[in-house]
Amino acid sequence: MSKSKVQEYWQRNLRLIVILLVIWALISYGAALIAPALNNIVILGFPLGYWFGSQGSLIGFVLLIYAYAKIMNKMDDEYHIADTDTQKLTKTEEKVKIRKN
Amino acid sequence: MAAMSSDSGSIFQSKLVRYYGLFTLGFLALTVIILLLEISVGLSQGLIAGIYMVLTFGLYAVIGVATRTKALDEYYVAGRSVPAVFNGMATGADWMSAASFLSMAGTLWGIGYDGMAYIMGWTGGYVLLALLFAPYIRKFGQYTIPDFVGARFGSNSARVVAAVMAIIVSFTYVTAQVVGVGLVMQRVLGLDYGLGVILGLGGVLFCSFLGGMKAVTWTQVAQYVILIVAYLIPPIFMSVKLLGNPLPQLAYGQALQQIIQLEAQQNVAKKYVEPFNEPLSNAGAIAAIRQANGFFGTAMATPAPVTITDWRSTPWDFLALTFCLMAGTAGLPHILIRFYTVPSIKESRRSVFWSLFFIFLLYVTAPAYATLSRLTILKDVVGLSLTKEKAANGREVTTAIGADGKPLAWVTKMSSIGLMTIADANNDNKLQFSELTINNDLIVLSTPEIAGLPYTIAALVAAGGLAAALSTADGLLVVIASSIAHDIYFKTVNPKAKPTTRMNLGKGMIVVAAALTALLALPQLALVAQMVAWAFSLAASTLFPIVLLGIFWRRANFQGAMAGMVGGLIVTLWYLVNNYLNPANNIMGLSHLSSGVFGMIANFTLMIVVSLLTAPPPKAIQEMVDQLRNPVGEMSEGGEMIHGH
Repeated sequence: MSKSKVQEYWQRNLRLIVILLVIWALISYGAALIAPALNNIVILGFPLGYWFGSQGSLIGFVLLIYAYAKIMNKMDDEYHIADTDTQKLTKTEEKVKIRKN
Repeated sequence: MAAMSSDSGSIFQSKLVRYYGLFTLGFLALTVIILLLEISVGLSQGLIAGIYMVLTFGLYAVIGVATRTKALDEYYVAGRSVPAVFNGMATGADWMSAASFLSMAGTLWGIGYDGMAYIMGWTGGYVLLALLFAPYIRKFGQYTIPDFVGARFGSNSARVVAAVMAIIVSFTYVTAQVVGVGLVMQRVLGLDYGLGVILGLGGVLFCSFLGGMKAVTWTQVAQYVILIVAYLIPPIFMSVKLLGNPLPQLAYGQALQQIIQLEAQQNVAKKYVEPFNEPLSNAGAIAAIRQANGFFGTAMATPAPVTITDWRSTPWDFLALTFCLMAGTAGLPHILIRFYTVPSIKESRRSVFWSLFFIFLLYVTAPAYATLSRLTILKDVVGLSLTKEKAANGREVTTAIGADGKPLAWVTKMSSIGLMTIADANNDNKLQFSELTINNDLIVLSTPEIAGLPYTIAALVAAGGLAAALSTADGLLVVIASSIAHDIYFKTVNPKAKPTTRMNLGKGMIVVAAALTALLALPQLALVAQMVAWAFSLAASTLFPIVLLGIFWRRANFQGAMAGMVGGLIVTLWYLVNNYLNPANNIMGLSHLSSGVFGMIANFTLMIVVSLLTAPPPKAIQEMVDQLRNPVGEMSEGGEMIHGH
C-alpha cells in the first residue's frame, strides 16, 4: 500500500473508533448518570435505569464490537488486504522447522 | 497443527465444532440422566458429586495429555492457530473467574444496582480491547505484553517493569482462583479446604505444565461449556418455579416488581433497584487486619471504624469504578496475550466479538440469578419463625423454621460454619431482612439448595465454579511463567538461551508459581479477595495507558513510559492505602476500589509531559509504530524473533 493510502486507512480507522467509543460511553456512563430518572420508566417490569445497567449496555457492547469487526474487515477488503497472515506465518514457521532439522 | 493451509484450516475447524458439539450434548445428557436417577432411585449426594468431579477432571487431563507440546510457539501462543470462535470461548473461560462465577451474582444480590459497575465494567472493557488493542497486538505478533512494551519503548528496563507488573497482577489473581477452588470443594463436596486447594492446583498444573498455552486453550473451551451450562440451569429452574417462565433473562422484570413491593412492605432500608446508595466504609480493612493478626500472630493496629455517607446518591464512585474495571480489563496481561493466539488480524477482531458474546451469556444471566435469589429470600425466608438449634458441628445457632415445621437444614448448616448469621435484633422471633447476613460468595453455590432444587443442580454448579476458577488459573500460570522465563530470563538476562532451556525454565516456573500460590491460598486471607479488586486499578493505571499511547501516539518515548508507569503506580497505591484505612480520606466519594482513576490521570499526564520534554523516540521505533498501524505485511522485528529460534 502507498503511504497516502495507509494514511487514509488509518484516518478512517480512527474516525470509526471515535464514533463507536462515543456510543460506548453514552450507553454505559451516560445511562448510569441518569439511571435514577430512567428508573421511573418501567418496561416489562424492568425499571429502565436498572435495565441499562444489567442488559442494555451489554447488548450494546456486543453490537459495537460486531460492527467494528464487520466494518474494518470489509475496509481491509476494500484496500485489498487479503487475510493471508496465516499463510505468511506458516511459511516462517516452516522455515524455523527446516532450520531446526 | 501450526503449519496448515486455509483448506486444512476449515477441516480443522469443522472437526472442532463436531467434537465440542458432541461434548456439549453429552454433558447435558449426563446431567439429565443423573437428575432422573436422583429423583427416581435416590442416588446419594456423595456419588453425584463424585461423578461430576471424576468426569470433569478426567476430561481436563485427557485434553492436557492429548495436546502436550514441545514447540515454543505452541507452548506460549498455541501455535497461533486457534480459530476466532474457539479463541472466544477460551478467552471467555480465561476471563470468567471464581469472581465472575461465584461472587458477582452474590454482590448484586447484596447491593443491587450498584453492583452493575462490575457487570458493565467487566464487559465494557472488551470494547476498548476490540477497538484499541487486539488488532495491533496481533499485528505485533510476539509472545507477551512486556515484549510489546520492551520493543515499543526500546528498553529492557521498561520490559522488566511491565513484566513485574504482570507478575504481581497475575499472582494475586491466581491465588484468589485457588481460594475459590478450595471453597467449592469444601462447601459443596464436603472435602477439607486444604485438600481442595491441592487437588485443584494439581488439575491446573497437569494441564499447563504439559501443554502450555495450547493445552490450556483447548481445555478452556471445554471448561467454558461446563461453566456456562452450570450457570444457566439454576436460574431457569428458579424462573419456572417463581415466575412460570423458562427464560429468566426476559422474565425477571416481574421478579423486580415483586421485590420492589416486598421491600416496601418489609421496610427494607437499601432498595434493590435504587442507584448509588453504598456508603464508604473501612469495615473490610478492619476485618482483614484482624484476620491477618490472628493468623500471623502480629499486632498491627486496626483503624477506628469510619462510615462516610456524604456522597450517597452521587454517581461519581459508580462511574469511576466502572471506568477502572473497563480499563483494567483491557490492560490485564492474561487477556491481552489471547490476541497473539489467533491466526490473523481479521481473526483477532472477530475473536474479541466472540469472546464478549460468550462472556455476555453469563453476565446477562448474573443479575437474573441474583434477582431470583433475592426474591426467594424476601418471599420464602423473611418472616419465618426463629428457633435455636444445635448444628452437626456442635455449635448452637439461630435458625429459621420452614413450612414443614422443622428447622431449615441449609440455614442451620450455613450458620454453623459462620457463612450466615441471623440476629433477632427486635426479639420478636420472626426473621426480618435486616436481621439476615449471608456471605456474598455463597449465593451462587447455595441458591439451588435454598430454592429447594435437586442436589444434582448444586453439584453441577460446583463443577461450573471449579471450571471457572481452574480455567482462569491455567491462563494466569502461563503468564507468570512466560514473564519470568521469556521476558526476564531470555530477553534480559540471557538472550542466548536455547529454546529447550527456555521451555524447561518456563515449566519449572509454573511449578514454583503453583507452589507459592498454594502457600498464599491456604490461610484464606480476606486481603486476597481485596487484592483482586485492586488488580484492576493497578492494571488500569500502569499497563493500560502505556499500551494505549504506545499504539496511538508515535511521539511517546521511553522516558515518558517509565515516568507514567511508576507515577501511575505510586498515585494509585497512595490513594488506595489512605482510603482503605480511613474512608474520610476521599475525593468526591471515590472508594479505594476506584483509585486507579487517579493513577491513570497521573500516568497519562506524566507520559505526555515527560515525552514532550525529552527527545522523540528513535526513527526505527517510529517506523515500528507505522508498521503496527498498517495491516499489510509482517512486523520486521516480529519476523526476526520467529527466525531467531
